[in-house]
Amino acid sequence: MPSSLVDGNSLLAIDVGAANTRAVLFDVIEGEYRFVASGTAPTTAEAPFKDVAEGARNAIMSLQKILGKNLLDASRGLITPSQSNGTGVDALVVTLSAGPVVKTVVVGLLKDVSLESARRLTESTYTRIVDTIGLNDQRRPDQQIDSILRLRPDLVLITGGTDGGASLSIQKLLEPIGLASFLLPQEKRPAVLFAGNEKMGAEVKTLVGELATSLHFSPNVRPSLETEDIDPAERELARMFINIRKRQIKGVDLLDLWSGGHMLPTAYATGRMVRFLAKVYGSKKGILSVDLGASAAVIAAGFNGKSTLKVSPQFGLGENLPGLLNYTTLEEILRWSSLDISNGVLRDYLYQKSLYPSTIAATREDLAMSQAVARQALYLAMQSARRDFPQNIASIKPNLTPLFEPILAGGGALSDASRPGHNLLLLLDSIQPVGVTTVILDQNNLLPLLGAAASQNNILPVQVLESGAFLSVGTIVSPVVSASYGTLILKAKLNYENGAEARVDLKYGTLETLPLAIGETGKLTIQGLRGADVGFGPGRSGTIPVSGGALGVVFDGRGRPLELPSDTVRRRELIKKWNWTLGGE
Amino acid sequence: MQAPVNHIVGLTSIVRERLLPVSGTVLVRPNQKVSPNDVVAETKWAREHILLDVARILRVSPNAADRLIKCKVDDQLAASVEIAVGKGLFPRSVRTPREGRVVAVGGGQVLMEVGETKMELRAGIPGTIIEVMPNRGAVIQTAGALVQGVWGNGRIDSGLLVNIAEKQDGVLTTAKLDISLRGSIILGGMVKDAETLQAAADLPVRGLILSSIFPSLLQTAREMRYPIMITDGFGALPMNSAAFKLLSTNAKRDVTVNAEMFDRYSGAKPEVIIPLPISSNPPAPREVETFAPGLQVRMRRPPFMGMIGSIIAIKPGLSTLPSGLRAPAAEVKLENDETVTAPLVNLEVVG
Repeated sequence: MPSSLVDGNSLLAIDVGAANTRAVLFDVIEGEYRFVASGTAPTTAEAPFKDVAEGARNAIMSLQKILGKNLLDASRGLITPSQSNGTGVDALVVTLSAGPVVKTVVVGLLKDVSLESARRLTESTYTRIVDTIGLNDQRRPDQQIDSILRLRPDLVLITGGTDGGASLSIQKLLEPIGLASFLLPQEKRPAVLFAGNEKMGAEVKTLVGELATSLHFSPNVRPSLETEDIDPAERELARMFINIRKRQIKGVDLLDLWSGGHMLPTAYATGRMVRFLAKVYGSKKGILSVDLGASAAVIAAGFNGKSTLKVSPQFGLGENLPGLLNYTTLEEILRWSSLDISNGVLRDYLYQKSLYPSTIAATREDLAMSQAVARQALYLAMQSARRDFPQNIASIKPNLTPLFEPILAGGGALSDASRPGHNLLLLLDSIQPVGVTTVILDQNNLLPLLGAAASQNNILPVQVLESGAFLSVGTIVSPVVSASYGTLILKAKLNYENGAEARVDLKYGTLETLPLAIGETGKLTIQGLRGADVGFGPGRSGTIPVSGGALGVVFDGRGRPLELPSDTVRRRELIKKWNWTLGGE
Repeated sequence: MQAPVNHIVGLTSIVRERLLPVSGTVLVRPNQKVSPNDVVAETKWAREHILLDVARILRVSPNAADRLIKCKVDDQLAASVEIAVGKGLFPRSVRTPREGRVVAVGGGQVLMEVGETKMELRAGIPGTIIEVMPNRGAVIQTAGALVQGVWGNGRIDSGLLVNIAEKQDGVLTTAKLDISLRGSIILGGMVKDAETLQAAADLPVRGLILSSIFPSLLQTAREMRYPIMITDGFGALPMNSAAFKLLSTNAKRDVTVNAEMFDRYSGAKPEVIIPLPISSNPPAPREVETFAPGLQVRMRRPPFMGMIGSIIAIKPGLSTLPSGLRAPAAEVKLENDETVTAPLVNLEVVG
């Protein structure tokens, strides 16, 4: 088994995604941890392999080729710790998002209290709520039993009751859970997490304990009516998710063993990293991470001591794609496209792509559709996540995206680093950041892996983050203003370190850029016009230090919320123009 | 790089598990020959439950109610049978609302399962039982042609295959469905309207093998009681040449359409099985392939979606695609003799 992480130890991180499995090596180079290389192979959770360890080994072998040294032995076992001949690694962490969505039944007392906390908790991992049982449920207990038997949930999440509060009502709600579990075949019984009234432990054990696959307890998510404390339950749920996957997919147990029991759900590891960053680099603004992949859209945000994590499998770009139409329309997706694509063609695309999630766009039309779908999915995920952001966070207007610094973006849909302009426009359209922020592209999808590593080695994530393993796309200035198209809304002056100066006049409805290369810094003076606010106050000016990126400093004068022209021809022309401005086609 | 495989094979060994969703009785034995309609296993399945809260009805404590309950687990009870009676001059009683079986008693309550139905699991394909899985089902082996598809409506049936598609991009319409097709499995091209699916049900047919279907028709297709298998996808797509050739040359043979719903995790795929006479068992198709020159592949995304070709070379490094994306790719010679560069992830091996 891997030895504990101590100074100078190499760390192999494996991420088992829905489409691809990546093996990433971190090692100490010139006294600091660095991202060394990564290898990729298709994930093997699905038939005919049905064994994720196979894909992990293939990814490690791909990494071996790049490294020119062996990490696996002749029998394809992991060599650990590292050997004097250079083979092997000292430690391993694993993150996992592959597998079918975890069907979850949530149980709680009141819709706006414990059931709301249960929903938030459930959405912190790759689950889908298939039924909700609460006090307001009009169904008879036997109908609830039949519902559970029909749905065959993987997980039942029980909340309700403040500590020392209601117990009889919860007991009533537990009965159908226990009876349904009793009627299910042993191997089909759900795992149960109780995160309610802490005084009810013994009763829960009696009513559900022997009938569940496994019964877990976490501190009450709602210790009092006014207080919500989800973090400890999120931790427990993360572990339960891995255990559920162990039952569902071969090889998860082996990878968990290799990682010394430190395997984490990818989204949870991302959330942990964002919390960590918020602590280390926290400012008045929040830190935002968005990850758009085949399995889900994951939005993690950290704010001055508080964090939120929202996993939306319904907005993933893989097998669930046709389900996106339950949340949006074809017209809403196509508004993002610069090409003339019919509703029918897009509908066929969504269904066809769901058959083959790992396929990529080879034609311009296919790419236009995939980008439009990605925009709308991330836009919806962001809108949904915003509802759970804490109150009283830094913002320019309450109905807009709060202020963030930085915004980190990753996932399969955003990992093509050769097209930072495309990716940035996608992020600007869907997240609609306000004020001044830095956008960082996690083109190697390292963030969750660093989150998984952070529990064992808190130096590694910091050193890797500061090593340039992430691609800084640039500093983004997005004024909040109401104006008509073409009106001058902002003047800016960028003073470079070498004494040079560049200016920009930003008109409403346009995008502008000023060059500032990666690694360079400058001083940016912004003067808001017509009440434009970038965080200094409406119409106020200010000077801030800025750092460079692939696209330098980008000014987004398209207004917030972004409203696209209703005229189709004009809209497509504008989208093409915006793409050109950011270096796309 | 490992390659996904879709089976379109002229002659192969086919081994399929047929399993009940719940425990039941297996009716076949090893080495037994079965035909598609033979029942290999059966079980009884209660769709509903009734929870009788005896304590509440009799207005007694759960413990007291437990002492008054007269039935026990596994009792098969008719409707209106008294299962508990209270005490006093005018005692209340609790009767079964429906016929059913008692599955749990305790805590002052009785849980019954009602609405029991018999479920019969048919062999689906002709072949030989090579393994019996106690209480669950059996494994059947046969030999013949195999064509796998991408979508199925969950039904299974067998019958004579009739080709009315004429060409790969043929469209199945109500006008093509006449009474002579009753009881047949139809190779029908693409379908564009619900009326055609309904007309096929009215005949009735025993199955439809289609190249593609409009997504808006999927719900109707799911409701049809005959199997519908889609070979290529959604929209108006022609049938790939490998499947069309194999199916059309096997017209007039008995075939089984197992329009199983695609499940990427279990590996279940909708498929057509055409049993063929053999002298010795042919090899089973390969489940895993590695992309290499010479392999027959199908394009899974535009351009040329659905076309069959063969890999000429695996290109080194990353190739830039017309979309601007860069990915590992192969040179593929298509059936129209055109040579194209296609990303490996957009290909699947056919064989």
